Amino acid sequence: MWQQPPRVVLPIFRTMKTKEQIALQELENESINISGAEAVIRCLLAEGVDLIYGYPGGAIMPVYDELYKFQDQLNHVLTRHEQGATHAAQGYARTSGKVGVAIATSGPGATNLVTGIADAQIDSTPMVCITGQVASKLLGSDAFQETDIIGISTPVTKWNYQITKASEIPEIFAKAFYIARSGRPGPVLIDITKDAQFDTFDFAYQKCKGVRSYNPIPVLDTNAVRQAAELINQAKKPFIVWGQGVILGEAEERFKAFVEKSGIPAAWTILGLSALPTSHPLNVGMVGMHGNYGPNLLTNECDLLIAIGMRFDDRVTGDLNSYAKQAKIIHFEIDPAEINKNVKADVPVLGDCKESLNALIPLVEKKSHKQWIGRFEELMKVEVKEVIDKDIHPKKGGLTMGEAIVSINKHTKGDAVIVTDVGQHQMVACRYADFVRSRSNVTSGGLGTMGFALPAAIGAKMGAPEREVVAVIGDGGYQMTIQELGTIFQTQAAVKIVVLNNEFLGMVRQWQQLFFDKRYASTEMVNPDFVAIAKGYHLEADRVEKREDLDAAVAKMIASDKPYFLEVCVEKEDNVFPMIPSGASVSDIRLK
Amino acid sequence: MEKTYTVSIYSENNVGLLNRISSIFLKRHINIESLTTSQSEIKDVFRFIIIVNVTEESVKKLIKQIEKQVDVIRAFYHTDEETIFQESALYKVKSSALFEERHIQNIIKESHANIVTVSPEYFVIEKTGFRKETDRLYHDLAPFGLLQFVRSGRISITKSKMGISEILKKFKSDN
Repeated sequence: MWQQPPRVVLPIFRTMKTKEQIALQELENESINISGAEAVIRCLLAEGVDLIYGYPGGAIMPVYDELYKFQDQLNHVLTRHEQGATHAAQGYARTSGKVGVAIATSGPGATNLVTGIADAQIDSTPMVCITGQVASKLLGSDAFQETDIIGISTPVTKWNYQITKASEIPEIFAKAFYIARSGRPGPVLIDITKDAQFDTFDFAYQKCKGVRSYNPIPVLDTNAVRQAAELINQAKKPFIVWGQGVILGEAEERFKAFVEKSGIPAAWTILGLSALPTSHPLNVGMVGMHGNYGPNLLTNECDLLIAIGMRFDDRVTGDLNSYAKQAKIIHFEIDPAEINKNVKADVPVLGDCKESLNALIPLVEKKSHKQWIGRFEELMKVEVKEVIDKDIHPKKGGLTMGEAIVSINKHTKGDAVIVTDVGQHQMVACRYADFVRSRSNVTSGGLGTMGFALPAAIGAKMGAPEREVVAVIGDGGYQMTIQELGTIFQTQAAVKIVVLNNEFLGMVRQWQQLFFDKRYASTEMVNPDFVAIAKGYHLEADRVEKREDLDAAVAKMIASDKPYFLEVCVEKEDNVFPMIPSGASVSDIRLK
Repeated sequence: MEKTYTVSIYSENNVGLLNRISSIFLKRHINIESLTTSQSEIKDVFRFIIIVNVTEESVKKLIKQIEKQVDVIRAFYHTDEETIFQESALYKVKSSALFEERHIQNIIKESHANIVTVSPEYFVIEKTGFRKETDRLYHDLAPFGLLQFVRSGRISITKSKMGISEILKKFKSDN
């Protein structure tokens, strides 16, 4: 007979401050002779880490043994796959703003981290991954579970390092956390040989304050800020496109002040979403392939494009040769490599965007661009009539994804953390979900990792435990990491899981319909009974098929204080519009 | 328009950095024509010299991606006109050829090559210079039978100042 397992208590429910302080005090006073494995734990504590995600195995066992000893100070969440550990760490980092930590063993444990690392790299998520490695004397001998994870992870990490001596641990960990969170954040991987975990040394920890070859925040060029202000004050039809830089730079408040003073309509990239409330009158919607009609069309009509903390991804720009050619471009950016990478900036403003905006705001004239904003409103009316009404208030046919999102808005008062996977549901969720505060949208933008949402939602909930976290997932992506239901069950992380089931790999099917004459090659899914699976993990679960049952089902899910699974069976062959066909210009955006 | 560019990288001397740098080229499907690494003029600072044939726009982006790496101090690109550069080549020839074909001695003398070693079986010639000079010597010696031939990557020094010490000093005071 099934019994309730011992519940893993999340650190947030604990009063652990005193113990942690004691541990830190100990460190400040003197060095202590400890093993490399214990040093790993003490480094994590010294960096303020209280929660890590991982999966044990041979080469990392000494560290797990120390985790056991330190379990009252450092919580470990056992995911069901190492990929889940990285996505959970990412979700945690995205909602909490702290560095996410994932840990795994050597060989397959390490290679299973790679997708999450690549995802964190392209979406600039601060993460430290720790992997075990075979003993240093076995390196290169093709030992059991040996893999060159440094070589494998190099192209997808901001920095990585292989520790072969215990004494290297404090310095490398300090450096790793510093690099992961500073400047443009990103993932760092530390590989530790098993002998370095066993060996003892005199441990003392010092936080990293700088790396001589690394300059994370470029010095702000006040001249560039002045030039930017001049262009902004002269512009007749200025347009802001903001990205995640605003969130990563904790510049939301300054950004809002800039938008309001300058009166300029502002649109977001998928990762910038939630930095400015959805209902803000100057928030004109999303740019990009499935973005809103107005922001995309008017990209090619504005006379000034002000890009803030975004990188002109191809899904945003479409064809570069016909992207905002008529406009002057100002690019606020922290990473010099992004300047002129895809779009040439007339005025690049390098620096931390909070600092840049702070310098900019006093130089900007207070204005309102009524007529220009009217253009966005006109085009929004067109989009509502042609697309949005059908999406969210359908008169006939099966349930739509849009209806489900609107219902979630209603029952969370538009204040949930929405975690999405990749595909049609992701575009629909980002288009229709309401947001009132920042760090509320967690999605895999750059890499487009199916399977991201379920584990990321676990991390998102633990990073923001007081908030409602709703994972919206397609039936395809859900099955890529469905095993993380086990993690949800074991930790009782109160994640609300909504699977929008159209029994298709919907986005690929949409492309097949539009560009491959409806040759639906391997996109139809024959799905299991998702409710039964959730129930198998002892989760509350429900399925809704009819329009009249949707609201009640969503209400019931939100009212629950436990993890909850809801399958919404939606129309099989609905498409997401508007759409800019791949490689086309933003002006060629299609409404159907 | 594609052109030969010399990419100079000043970096920390860390295991794996070569891999990190070469992966930047790999990701963009850019072939490395030659690559040499050595210590630089500054203690503990390493220098890479990488030769690529790309457009200027492409090399500019490469430099930014290279500089973005945590362990890279600075990276630069230069054209051939802006650098002094050399390559070294070694040629191994049968000793009998040296005595039977008097012409070889003239070739060596005219090309300002050095004889590094002579043994009863073979002798080794070294030539440092531009590619066309080592190429010419190669073609001149080939008819006599080259047992082995090898040429180094380009090493290069810029006519302009690099100022790495100042950059390092500044980083130090910033932190």
